[in-house]
Amino acid sequence: MSTAGAPRGAGPVGAPARRRRAAEVDAPPRGRQPGGGPHDGSAADRPPETEDDHGAPDSRSGGLPRRAWLPRADPAGKLMAAVLVTAGLIPVVDPVTSGIVLAAGLALLPFAGLDRARMLALGGPLVLMGASIGFVNLVFGEEGPVAALGAAVRLLAIALPSLLAAVTSDPTDMADSLVQRLRMPERPAIAVLAALRLVPLLFEQWRTLGRARRARGLDAGGNPARAAAIFAGKAFALLVRSIRTGILLAMAMDARGFAGGPRSHARLSAWRARDTALVASAAAVLGGAHAVSAAVGTWAPLTF
Amino acid sequence: MSAGRGGARVALAGWGWRHSGRSGWSLRGVDLVVEPGERVLLLGASGAGKSTLLHAMAGLTGDSGAVSGDEEGRLLVDGGPAGAARGSVALVSQDPETQLVMARSGDDVAFGPENLGVERAEIWARVRSALEEVGFGYGLDRPTAALSGGEKQRLVLAGALAMRPRLLLLDEPTANLDRGGAERVRRVLGHLLRSAEATMVLVEHRVAEAVGGASAGEAGEAVAALVDRVVVVEPGGGVIADGAPSAVFADQGAALAAQGVWVPGREPRPRVRPTARPGPAVIEAADCTARAPGGAGPLGAPGAEVLHGVDAAVHAGVATALTGPNGAGKSTLLGLLAGLDAPRGGTVVPRGRLAETSTRPLASWPARRLARHVGTVFQHAEDQFVTGRVRDELAFAPRRAGLGPRATQRRVDELLGRLRLTGLAEVHPFTLSGGEKRRLSVATALSSGASHAPDVLLLDEPTFGQDTRTWADLVELLAELRSDGRAVVAATHDPVLLDRFADVEVGLKGGYAVAPAARTRAGAALAAGERSAGSDGADGGSGGDRGSRPGGPGTADDRTSETGGGRGGAPCRSRSERSGRRRG
Repeated sequence: MSTAGAPRGAGPVGAPARRRRAAEVDAPPRGRQPGGGPHDGSAADRPPETEDDHGAPDSRSGGLPRRAWLPRADPAGKLMAAVLVTAGLIPVVDPVTSGIVLAAGLALLPFAGLDRARMLALGGPLVLMGASIGFVNLVFGEEGPVAALGAAVRLLAIALPSLLAAVTSDPTDMADSLVQRLRMPERPAIAVLAALRLVPLLFEQWRTLGRARRARGLDAGGNPARAAAIFAGKAFALLVRSIRTGILLAMAMDARGFAGGPRSHARLSAWRARDTALVASAAAVLGGAHAVSAAVGTWAPLTF
Repeated sequence: MSAGRGGARVALAGWGWRHSGRSGWSLRGVDLVVEPGERVLLLGASGAGKSTLLHAMAGLTGDSGAVSGDEEGRLLVDGGPAGAARGSVALVSQDPETQLVMARSGDDVAFGPENLGVERAEIWARVRSALEEVGFGYGLDRPTAALSGGEKQRLVLAGALAMRPRLLLLDEPTANLDRGGAERVRRVLGHLLRSAEATMVLVEHRVAEAVGGASAGEAGEAVAALVDRVVVVEPGGGVIADGAPSAVFADQGAALAAQGVWVPGREPRPRVRPTARPGPAVIEAADCTARAPGGAGPLGAPGAEVLHGVDAAVHAGVATALTGPNGAGKSTLLGLLAGLDAPRGGTVVPRGRLAETSTRPLASWPARRLARHVGTVFQHAEDQFVTGRVRDELAFAPRRAGLGPRATQRRVDELLGRLRLTGLAEVHPFTLSGGEKRRLSVATALSSGASHAPDVLLLDEPTFGQDTRTWADLVELLAELRSDGRAVVAATHDPVLLDRFADVEVGLKGGYAVAPAARTRAGAALAAGERSAGSDGADGGSGGDRGSRPGGPGTADDRTSETGGGRGGAPCRSRSERSGRRRG
């Protein structure tokens, strides 16, 4: 039964026409999603502390305000909405279409459960990116201020949903969801998860390598050539260490049966009505934006 | 029992393994049969291919396996090639960091069963019973990154048990853990070894510590209580001893010890001259606070404070041991004393002979000057290698110090000989064995010293994973340095090193220095000397409170006892202790 939880008819991402994709994700989930479905019965089916049926925030998003529903939404849904927005905005360059979508994206911020520090750390570079694109287009572009504004707003409108999808999703949930909902290949997804665990270790090793060089009497002392040489030495040592760590981890994973054969899923990614609603709203906002822009006469397609 | 379904039978006939790219065989001509349900302890000198043998039994050396090389002979698990029956063999290795896969504890235990295609309901039942079995005290959602080393290793063990293996392979499961963490893992192992049906093969380097025997005899008995059989393999060869633990240790103990194997009751006894007279302080840390490095990037959380106001002094001619559980701040304090990191609060300054060079805080010394006077040996020797050849590695510092080619050559040859590396002068440091790397890293620290060694040598877990020969070499060398009047500081949890070498033990716990203890007469003398010298302000102005403390300088006779020496003029005390006294 475990594999029965995997989606059977999924695979909307590769669908040829955007129209069809929207229709498919809009459709009712056809009984293939276990979490919250009526047939998904016994509590023994799931880890006691990782799922919630009662709307209570689960422990990973614990501590978040109740209104922060975005982190609890299905990652695949968020990703689909972001992909939809990207696909829908690439062909248009006017500021109105993108502006409406961007406004909708910004309206989601209060529900993302991001604290101020995180918001600034993520938003700062984004705003800077938009501003610089706008500036460059304004100064060097040939199409005037409206087109420059369009370029900036369009970039932000495309980037924001993807960024939100990424930062509000737990990596494990994301992998589960990609594998089970979108039929992504399983082993690479798990491998990426395992590698993510090692990232902090990498930083720690880099720091140690620097200290070890100081212990050997090596420091740059303000000399850029020496700094570059030290950097190269550290990079090589880190590479050797990471390869070794990677081999050890691969061995441990193989020893736990990762090498081959069919897998089952301990966690079921739980698609709920609100996930369908999220994707549908993304499509609706996008359609609405195009319609409004066309109605006010600003709609402008991408031309080469 | 979670390791259920009975035990597997392992049969090796004329089995051998050669890692790809190597000319020599790791093991050759291994004939061994392990009957279902047997508990076997696998011993051998370091580099004897014990881990390789376990990896082969785990099916990692096959055509599609993670370990590549040439195989000869036959290795059968339950009559089939190893790894053929997926999930029937589970392996637990040394370092939990490279064995955990998932971000959440429960998910990690579930990873093995998932790979075996176990049904979901059954997976979580297994996860819960495995976690219970290893005494895991947190919920399933506990982030694996938030666990201590010992907790991580118990989680790894749970992950192995959840696969319900018929053969459980344990490759030094407690080697990377501190005393407390190792103790709990050991208890779980003891329980498993007694009660589980699975066949078990255990590799342990330091058997006596691994079974937790306080004395040699006890350790021997503890081994006998845990395992049915001891099998000893030889580097490049096959099985050289096989039998009941007591018989193997009694008949072959001496021969094994001579090969470098740690045999309970036959720990190495290096020729160590006891410390004659402790010298003056050369480095003093006062009221040091330090933080762990924070998370990466702008979103990284700041690191937690790992030292909260620690005073410490390093004395010439004295061996100081920093002890304490993982994460207690041993390595952090070592880094401060070594001048590699600057403390967040407080000062680390040179004193005595070292202050003649410069009186500035150690952390602000330029690297070249620092290396000349203060040498540091890192836990992972590889981190310190900066050239591509053993010879260049040793010539690096003398050359930079402006020594001529001939003098450099002499220094290098002397060091090569002193650390038994002469035959390896032309190879790449990364290709050395663990023991050779360790000896080379010590040699590099010595090579940068002004007069054949730095004034202070600090080492992070120097004896970790070493066989008895390298162990004895190291300790004898360090003792020589000590006799020359150099200061030696080692962060360690090696009880034999503490026992045979350390003069003073500085215990760290939770970021405070607690219960520093004199371990030798010299250490006690140092404590006594410090205490009476306390009023001359050698200890950053805290001497006054010390003198006024009830039972102060007058009660000198209690200092030779361990706690007395510690409480007294210990070279290291925590701030809390001091301020407590102040209030009193």
